[in-house]
Amino acid sequence: MITLNDLKIGYRIGSRVIKAVDGITLTIPDGCIVGVAGESGCGKSTLMKAIYGDIRSPMSLLGGDISYGMNGADGRPVTTANIQKEWFRSVSYIPQSSMNSLNPVIRIRDQFIDFPGTDRNKSRVLERAREHLGKLGLPAETMESYPHQLSGGMRQRVMIALATFFEPALIIADEPTTALDVVVQKEILMLLMDVQERMGNTILVVSHDMGVHYQTTDKMLIMYAGRVVEYGDTESVFADPQHAYTRMLIDSLPTIGDDSMRGVLASLAGAGGDRAFRVEPELIEVKPNHFVARPSLGEVAA
Amino acid sequence: MTVILKTEGLNKVFRQGGLMRSRQIKALNDVNITVEGDKPVVISVVGESGSGKTTLAKTLLRLEAPSSGRATVYDTVVTDTRSLGKRAFLGLVQPIFQNPFEAFSRYRPIDAYLLETATRVANLSGGAAEAAVADTLRSVGLDYAEVRGKYTNQFSGGELQRVSVARALIPQPKLIVADEPVSMIDASRRMIIINLFKKLRDEAGRSFLYITHDLATAYYISDYIVVMSKGQVVEFGAARDVMNNPQHAYTRLLLDSIPTTRSRWRQRAVPTAS
Repeated sequence: MITLNDLKIGYRIGSRVIKAVDGITLTIPDGCIVGVAGESGCGKSTLMKAIYGDIRSPMSLLGGDISYGMNGADGRPVTTANIQKEWFRSVSYIPQSSMNSLNPVIRIRDQFIDFPGTDRNKSRVLERAREHLGKLGLPAETMESYPHQLSGGMRQRVMIALATFFEPALIIADEPTTALDVVVQKEILMLLMDVQERMGNTILVVSHDMGVHYQTTDKMLIMYAGRVVEYGDTESVFADPQHAYTRMLIDSLPTIGDDSMRGVLASLAGAGGDRAFRVEPELIEVKPNHFVARPSLGEVAA
Repeated sequence: MTVILKTEGLNKVFRQGGLMRSRQIKALNDVNITVEGDKPVVISVVGESGSGKTTLAKTLLRLEAPSSGRATVYDTVVTDTRSLGKRAFLGLVQPIFQNPFEAFSRYRPIDAYLLETATRVANLSGGAAEAAVADTLRSVGLDYAEVRGKYTNQFSGGELQRVSVARALIPQPKLIVADEPVSMIDASRRMIIINLFKKLRDEAGRSFLYITHDLATAYYISDYIVVMSKGQVVEFGAARDVMNNPQHAYTRLLLDSIPTTRSRWRQRAVPTAS
């Protein structure tokens, strides 16, 4: 179980501090896929980096803490200060457009050997890597390929294979399918669900596509301006969104086959699209496992 | 009846590899599309990466010369560079690109591009050029005073893409070719651009060729849909027919892969631990 306690993160630019995460308190249970949604600049990537423990200048922890509810290799509880030692082993990160983060000049097999924390015995590592790739539905030839010989979808599978090689308890995937086509996107999302069901780990998925969230996640976290707007079971959030912002995100997708929507979609242009919301830091539980930010005076005009 | 867009036996072959062991890639393989009518339309081209949809856009924009075949836009053959000069062509067809941050230089104020289009392509001078820029900016919901002198980094992706729509409108083209115009924009803000296209079709009489892999927005806005796979047109027709009653297996695969918010692809095997 991951517990965020009044987490505040900012960026120091000169003498100014820009708050990107502004007081988030919540708990994420083990063994579920949590979707994080919100528009660019809402702080979702910053929050993911903070949970991953990658807090480097100009980013800084302004207040609060994260407890991971697990012990590291040395038996001590994992905190923001020592989580870096757990990278890859218990926590892994799949960054945005990560298919481009493979080393272009070495073969896929060597990417596994190159990996921090792997066994010294190369043949044993390769044996395991081959077996692991097979489980993720990648053909054996992949091991001998260079990254440029693989398609974007294949490279993303390789990234997932690397990220899950040690079966970490927590995987953070920041927009794992943004640059991919719908057909490949579906395969990758199905793969993530398979991985989670097999390994029982917690996966945080960042995306601004609400359809991706509905298909993949068990829980939803909606962010706006550095704060949590709504947090709850995916079914409940989609069936009965409590906050106007969540409703706007869900309604912003047109639906195929729904002719009543065709041509008249809630005219987001101008009106809703540029709407500004005020979000209070405090969450209240409106239904079991469904939290929403305490209502303030409501929407304010931009 | 006007021929809005017609491609006849359009082919584009790329060669890959060395002189001895070259491989041919057919990016466009005998593409035949005809859209006729009197009212402006939105034609969507959908398909995966490598399906040839961007090559089709580039051919219509004269950024690639076709290996064979020809294309007609509003009764004018656009693939023949001799019969139709550059300025006349740019007055007929205008592009909008995927990433506005790459389409415009960051070292140049954005209004310079708008004024340049007004003077060089639309052949306006001085005050008339400025008036045209102000007019088109207003039609996309922006104010010239707020845009003047600003650089690309001072805009959000959505705003900058609106500026590139305004730039494309200045020469009053008949057809605007938009290659993935919303894929860089947040899902919740895409509809601002999409609705803008719809408004420009209905109120300003512009036709659009909308290249995308997002079938949901394609369905929402299009009059016609072209489904492409491996350089070929696999399905083409009125948007409603193609989407509600897809004939080709590939179109069905595309439709099945859209993450909708109505029914899940499959139930999750692990119930939420709470």
